[in-house]
Amino acid sequence: MNKKKKSIKIENISMIIAFCLFVIMFIVGSIKYDHFGTVSTFLNLFNDNAYLIVVAVGITFVLLTGGIDISVSSVVAFTCVLSAYLLQRGWSAVIVIPIVLAIGLLNGFCVGYCVQVFKIQPFIITLASQFLLRGMCAVVSTVSIPIENGFYKAAALKKITFKIGRTNAKLYLYVFLALLVVLVAYYVLKYTRFGRTIYAIGSNEQSAEYMGLNVKWVKIGAYMICSFCAALGGIIFSFYTLAGYSLQNMGMELDAIASAVIGGTLLSGGVGNVFGSVIGVLIQGIIQTIVTYQNLNAWWTKVTVAALLCLFIVMQRLISIRADKQKGKG
Amino acid sequence: MGEKELLTMSGIRKNFPGVKALDDVQFDLRAGEIHALLGENGAGKSTLIKVLTGVEIKDSGTIIMNDQEINPHSPIDAQNAGISTVYQEVNLCPDLSVAENVFIGREPRKGKHIDWKTINTRTAELLKEFDLDINVEERLDNYSVAIQQMIAIARAVDVSAKVLILDEPTSSLSTAEVKKLFEIMNMLKDKGMGIVFVTHFLDQVYEVSDRITILRNGTYVGTYDADKLPMIELVGKMIGKLYDELEDIPKVSTGETASEELIRIENGETSEISAVNVSIEKGQVTGFSGLLGSGRSEIARLIFGADKKTGGKTYIRGREKDINNPLDAIKNDMAFCPEDRKKEGIVGDLSIRENIIIALQSKRGIFNKISKKEADEIAAKLIKDLSIKTPSADQKIKNLSGGNQQKVILARWLATRPDLLILDEPTRGIDIGAKAEIQKTIVDLAQQGMSCIFISSEIDEMDRCCNRMFVLKDKEIVGSLKGEEITQGAIMKMMAGGK
Repeated sequence: MNKKKKSIKIENISMIIAFCLFVIMFIVGSIKYDHFGTVSTFLNLFNDNAYLIVVAVGITFVLLTGGIDISVSSVVAFTCVLSAYLLQRGWSAVIVIPIVLAIGLLNGFCVGYCVQVFKIQPFIITLASQFLLRGMCAVVSTVSIPIENGFYKAAALKKITFKIGRTNAKLYLYVFLALLVVLVAYYVLKYTRFGRTIYAIGSNEQSAEYMGLNVKWVKIGAYMICSFCAALGGIIFSFYTLAGYSLQNMGMELDAIASAVIGGTLLSGGVGNVFGSVIGVLIQGIIQTIVTYQNLNAWWTKVTVAALLCLFIVMQRLISIRADKQKGKG
Repeated sequence: MGEKELLTMSGIRKNFPGVKALDDVQFDLRAGEIHALLGENGAGKSTLIKVLTGVEIKDSGTIIMNDQEINPHSPIDAQNAGISTVYQEVNLCPDLSVAENVFIGREPRKGKHIDWKTINTRTAELLKEFDLDINVEERLDNYSVAIQQMIAIARAVDVSAKVLILDEPTSSLSTAEVKKLFEIMNMLKDKGMGIVFVTHFLDQVYEVSDRITILRNGTYVGTYDADKLPMIELVGKMIGKLYDELEDIPKVSTGETASEELIRIENGETSEISAVNVSIEKGQVTGFSGLLGSGRSEIARLIFGADKKTGGKTYIRGREKDINNPLDAIKNDMAFCPEDRKKEGIVGDLSIRENIIIALQSKRGIFNKISKKEADEIAAKLIKDLSIKTPSADQKIKNLSGGNQQKVILARWLATRPDLLILDEPTRGIDIGAKAEIQKTIVDLAQQGMSCIFISSEIDEMDRCCNRMFVLKDKEIVGSLKGEEITQGAIMKMMAGGK
């Protein structure tokens, strides 16, 4: 039998293509624009998108189970607004941060519980929680609340500066938090039973059940992780903007989903990993940077991402069709 | 073979709303035996298995395993008690690696994290016992169903090597693969494992089983030693009536009636099969015989335009016609009951009536709506003609048994009054009573002048129903038979060795 045959994994090939695309865009940008090809530009992708990386990593867990969570943008917004509101009233950051993270976990638990126990479509139930939390933002405050808390300001401004040639490149501390989340998520997905069960559920839920895996709690856990990451992303976003506003981040859940898909996660579940999602975020970031350099309307970012998304989805489909055909031939 | 009871189930009852699925059923299993669990559809086999594996919870009764009462409430409970199941559709995860599929849920760990190296090496060793030398790091779905099934069995055995339940394990395997499976079953039996073997294929029962337990309508009929129960009696006990009914179906006009040709395919070609030259005659039942994967379904799909044609010509009553998709075929009075009833045949949430008229409606075009009255009449007549067992034509088709669903599909195509009716495995997975009725219907239809193409993996029913036969092997037509020439021996000879 074909012992040495090594077929290409869909997730890997998507991720590799995404990575190459990123490198190409960076090189093309560097040639075309002055000041583009620097370490600083590269690091700024992380500075500007740290919150999205965290959210995308979280949503990858849910997508891997074959589910979806479109409430993450509202969780981010609610986290920002509520933290800003509580901090404004003089609460300490040490209390506020656990509260908003707990709200994230609770939201994830409720959503996951409804999906798993009442068998509600994840799209519908997270649509409901999206509306609920977005509405709650406005209940707390309809105007933008600035954050003046000392800890938040420190977290927002603490950075590491590298001197490279004549330019200064900087990396904010909260970026390291985001990268830590990525590494932990990678470890959990690859080396824990919980993580492998997530893949099994996405691959074939009934099989996972019959193989005696704890489908119920792992699935609820995936939604909790997703929502928790969204809350954490919200905290990073409030470091980034130092304000909370009820209408911020509209539609950001789709950026997160797009990142995961570009990075090789299949929406049908079972295939993908968090590094892919990070590359997906970086690609969106670099498109945005190019659009800015080119002085175009910011919506061109969306147009380009849309085109990429179509390209990647079709490509994944073609690869899996080809794989099926090869299997058919034995 | 030990005589000690490994597992004893007694007085098992299970009710579903309105149905007594199991009524005082008993079953016992010894260490080192293969015990076949038989019964028609709806006899309660699956429910009994589900009770044993914790998927369903029994209403009353006791299960004793190794002298201890167990009460499994989930597959995990059953696994922990030493009971593993391999289901009909392989229940593994296609996106995960072979090794992971074997070890998921019980991964060996190094410290806190999963030890992938050990998983891979141990899987390779385990699969070697099953004569499988494959790359265990490969995705599972890169391997054939037969190999996946072996992997599922390997997992089941490795998880808890006491009781192994095989639920219809052979239904998607080729003859050679079945043989391999039986070798493995015997090997496990010799190691002292108790194996429960659930199947529809009665020949296979006799090939490997030591004892047979029969269920009928949710009740226990009896347990017998396999070598003391002739097949005729076995079938009688399963259906509660004598086998004669099946034997009574007459072979249709075996004489050499010079029949006129209805359809001829010259050098037909699709991506799956090539060089197809067949001719179908009027009023005859033409069989396509061959093993699974020999190309018998592919020919049917070619004729019906279900697979994209890449070459060749189709003549209908001597005139060349373009059949490029199923709609062309329907318009030329063809009908096709596909192999996979659940996926390609029924529309589960529609009523029986809607399922029946759906093809007629598409033949007439969407602007020619069939009136409610006409639909009622057509449905009522066909339900009666084919004796479809249902309270009313408004019943959703998914609530019917497999045999009755198949009859509805048949009714759907009969409603279009086809000249050519193609039936791909119309009797698979349905009980013997319904099987006989369907066979009878096919023969009757041919006698009324309709042409039928009949495809089945069960040679005896091919032999009984067909009066023209093409035999296929490895995607090629290796021979054809007519009338009296059609005997099981002749077919098998061709299937095995060409001419």
